[in-house]
Amino acid sequence: MSTQTPNTDAESDSPQAERMERKAERDDEARAKAGTDADERQITLKVFRYDPEIPDKQEPRFDTFEVPFEPGITVLDALIYARDTYDSSLTFRHSCRQAVCGSDALFINGSQRLGCQTQVADLDDSETVRVEPLPHRDVVKDLVVDMDHFYDQMESVEPYFSPTEEPDGEQLQSRENREKIKMSTRCIWCGACMSSCNIAAGDNEYLGPAAINKAYRFYFDDREDEQRQQERLEIIEQEHGVWRCQTQFSCTTVCPKDIPLTEHIQELKREAVKQNLKFW
Amino acid sequence: MYEHDVIVVGGGGAGLRAAIGAHEAGADVAIVTKLHPVRSHTGAAEGGINAALRDGDDWELHAYDTVKGGDYLTDAPAAETLAQDAPENVVQLENWGMPFSREDDGRMSQRPFGGLSFPRTTYAGAETGHHLLHTLYEQVVKRGITVYDEWYVTRLAVTDEDDPEDRSCHGCVAWDVQTGEIAGFRGRDGVILATGGDGQVFDHTTNAVANTADGVAMAYRAGVPIEDMEFVQFHPTTLPSTGVLISEGTRGEGGILYNSEGERLMFEYGYATNDGELASRDVVSRAELTEINSGRGVDDEYVHLDMRHLGEERIMDRLENILHLAEDFEGVDGLEDPMPVKPGHHYEMGGIETNENGETCIDGLYAIGEAACVSVHGSNRLGGNALPELIVFGGRAGRHAAGADVGEPEIPVGKSGDGIEESDVQYPVDPGSADETSAVVSGDTPDDVIDAAVEAETERIDGLLEKEDGVNHAEVRSKIQKTMTDNVNVFREEDGIREALEVIREAREEYQDVYVADKSRTFNTDLQHTIETRNVIDTAEIIAMGALAREEFRGAHWRKEFQERRDDEWLKHTCVSWNDGNPELWYRPVLLDGENKTYEPKERSY
Ligand SMILES: Cc1cc2nc3c(=O)[nH]c(=O)nc-3n(C[C@H](O)[C@H](O)[C@H](O)COP(=O)(O)OP(=O)(O)OC[C@H]3O[C@@H](n4cnc5c(N)ncnc54)[C@H](O)[C@@H]3O)c2cc1C
Ligand code: SF4
Ligand code: FES
Repeated sequence: MSTQTPNTDAESDSPQAERMERKAERDDEARAKAGTDADERQITLKVFRYDPEIPDKQEPRFDTFEVPFEPGITVLDALIYARDTYDSSLTFRHSCRQAVCGSDALFINGSQRLGCQTQVADLDDSETVRVEPLPHRDVVKDLVVDMDHFYDQMESVEPYFSPTEEPDGEQLQSRENREKIKMSTRCIWCGACMSSCNIAAGDNEYLGPAAINKAYRFYFDDREDEQRQQERLEIIEQEHGVWRCQTQFSCTTVCPKDIPLTEHIQELKREAVKQNLKFW
Repeated sequence: MYEHDVIVVGGGGAGLRAAIGAHEAGADVAIVTKLHPVRSHTGAAEGGINAALRDGDDWELHAYDTVKGGDYLTDAPAAETLAQDAPENVVQLENWGMPFSREDDGRMSQRPFGGLSFPRTTYAGAETGHHLLHTLYEQVVKRGITVYDEWYVTRLAVTDEDDPEDRSCHGCVAWDVQTGEIAGFRGRDGVILATGGDGQVFDHTTNAVANTADGVAMAYRAGVPIEDMEFVQFHPTTLPSTGVLISEGTRGEGGILYNSEGERLMFEYGYATNDGELASRDVVSRAELTEINSGRGVDDEYVHLDMRHLGEERIMDRLENILHLAEDFEGVDGLEDPMPVKPGHHYEMGGIETNENGETCIDGLYAIGEAACVSVHGSNRLGGNALPELIVFGGRAGRHAAGADVGEPEIPVGKSGDGIEESDVQYPVDPGSADETSAVVSGDTPDDVIDAAVEAETERIDGLLEKEDGVNHAEVRSKIQKTMTDNVNVFREEDGIREALEVIREAREEYQDVYVADKSRTFNTDLQHTIETRNVIDTAEIIAMGALAREEFRGAHWRKEFQERRDDEWLKHTCVSWNDGNPELWYRPVLLDGENKTYEPKERSY
């Protein structure tokens, strides 16, 4: 049939309005059923505050905001509510609200998580939600941390495809090989892993889990040749590379993209050993 | 002042590709972007990127599908350039390491998408945009291209000739979000706007919070016509609570839409009996809302999208990301239950008027990506056609700005030209008139122009910070979002659009009183959102003006009073010019003559 004349709301004046009414009624019913408790449930949001410029805020402190609980509310929603309702100077990074931009990695009730991906109801303690900036990073203001060191580490592993020879046309890659690197390509540069890593906290030069994972992504990509592979191995094998990892798994635990970081680091250690054996 | 040959504003897919193009053509190029590039919204794209790569397909088919899908508001030279350049560009992405999904024989996989006559949507799982964005950023790092990240561009530095076509753009003004420093950026050979979409004009959107149409509004105020903005794409499958997108790939792979009665609505109510779930987005969005409005929606709010029958293996292979999204943002396990979906704002077909080389009518000013309108999508964009637009037109603009020869454009820009027609539509209020700010400045040399722009911007920002009280931007912004969602959504009628224009006018007046409560220069997001809100107001107004003027039903623009596409009168692009606060609406004819053929308008049937 033609798409130019959908059988839309020709007769009724505003089905949209009717529908909204029906929905409001149903919401009321649901609320009545759930009792007043659900209605009044509040989240106590405790948020770290600091601003180097404003005298009142130079001394770090926690501010408390009461935010109404709603099913499905995320920690990011709660922060936005607090900012738009009580204090527009409350500062945090966020953009996509869907766990792809990596900008709202925060320290929530004691662990690194994305604010937008964390439902308040899923937290162990969902009544008091404590939000702090990522540990082991310099705080710029409130929940915003300086990411430069993270970016520098990422960039130090030569994070770009660079075969020795320019390919001529489409290259083939087996499904297996793509599968092999798939998880490693999911990193959104949120920095949660790096912030959770004790080794990285003590050794500023340690490449850290995200950068090593990036190296893994290229090392195992068959489209680059052996010469590049060797060069990549040298980067990750350096003094502050893979050997620093003490397999504490904290990075793997916090990664919002479920990348098996520790496993990837271990695999690269094995590669390093294997390759070196070849030379001996 | 920071100086480079080419300044690219925005580090999403379009901006990164332009920077690489300019760099390859030998320019010293810098990217100035309010988000670090990997945070750009291109990373959220899921479904894939169209390119005629395989036997049985060719660029002419791709161009034809694009023009038809755009309901003949697409300019043929734009669609043909897209279709011709896409294959080479997609292979280029592969060569840069982008991890596309693969067939058994190792070639890149392609999947069917709505409105395509061949399965030409090349994809990387259901996270194509993430891989595209990261691959491009990697190449930017490889080339050592300068990136000023977390720098917010607030205005262009454009000379003050009366006629926009005589103006030149020498650079822009930006402020460092981390420190508050305000600085001029000179682009000796050009400034390329790649600032992305306008999701924040509506309150239920698949777009990021940063998508506030900054580039569109900046170019508008500098005098560039803004084209076809009434064509806003609403995507039929967004999660009801957040607006998070469930990729069209889900329907491409065989996902089915059901209403609350368990009926396969696209067939049973005859919305698109030939193509069913894979009809174009505008068709499916209207079908869903019609079902919901007729009482056949689930909870009166949404319909169901079911992919369970595809089987776990196929879902994990091709749509794994969809499982995560449904679980994280709606608490639904897509393997066990159907997913709730409803239409939501998704994409702006219109934008800054440009030609195939990304040039605007102002000398030295370019625009690309979702911020631009080279008129490739017409009145309805096909899924998988935005990503090739970024790389094709991004690359072309970058190279052109750097002085490379990319061929003569066929699409005219600016108000002079053949067939320009004035509009006589009556608005309920004077659009724009509460605010007559001009974005042009005088100066003898390019440096003077930039200095004058920096001075004007410093004054504006200081003013916002010094004011002790007034209106909060969030109030103004939500007012706009509400009226646009109520009145200029999937279904539109005259009274509603008129009301929206009045509310936008009120918002504009209130905005004169806006102030920033946060007085810090350090990472002041309050200030940033305040400036963005001005852009949201301008953009909403352009959309509503176009929607009121266009008395027909074409593509995504449905009008209750006009249930027909009217080619005799409306095969023309809507353009809105700011004119220092006296917005004016006019038209330019659609170009339907292609390289080898003329695209004769046909009825779109599915
Ligand atoms: C959820 C979703 C899924 C999609 N899926 C697909 C798909 O499968 N296939 C497809 O073809 N298309 C898809 N699209 C559409 C496509 O992804 C977008 O149109 C495209 O990515 C936009 O790219 P861009 O480079 O123009 O803008 P963006 O990626 O949004 O980048 C904009 C850039 O501009 C910067 N910026 C903005 N304002 C300023 C300012 N004032 N100063 C400095 N910098 C600024 C930002 O920091 C950002 O870096 C999808 C869109 C969405 C929202
Ligand atoms: S590896 Fe995981 S935790 Fe680390 S930066 Fe990437 S996405 Fe974030
Ligand atoms: S807002 Fe983008 S990852 Fe959370």
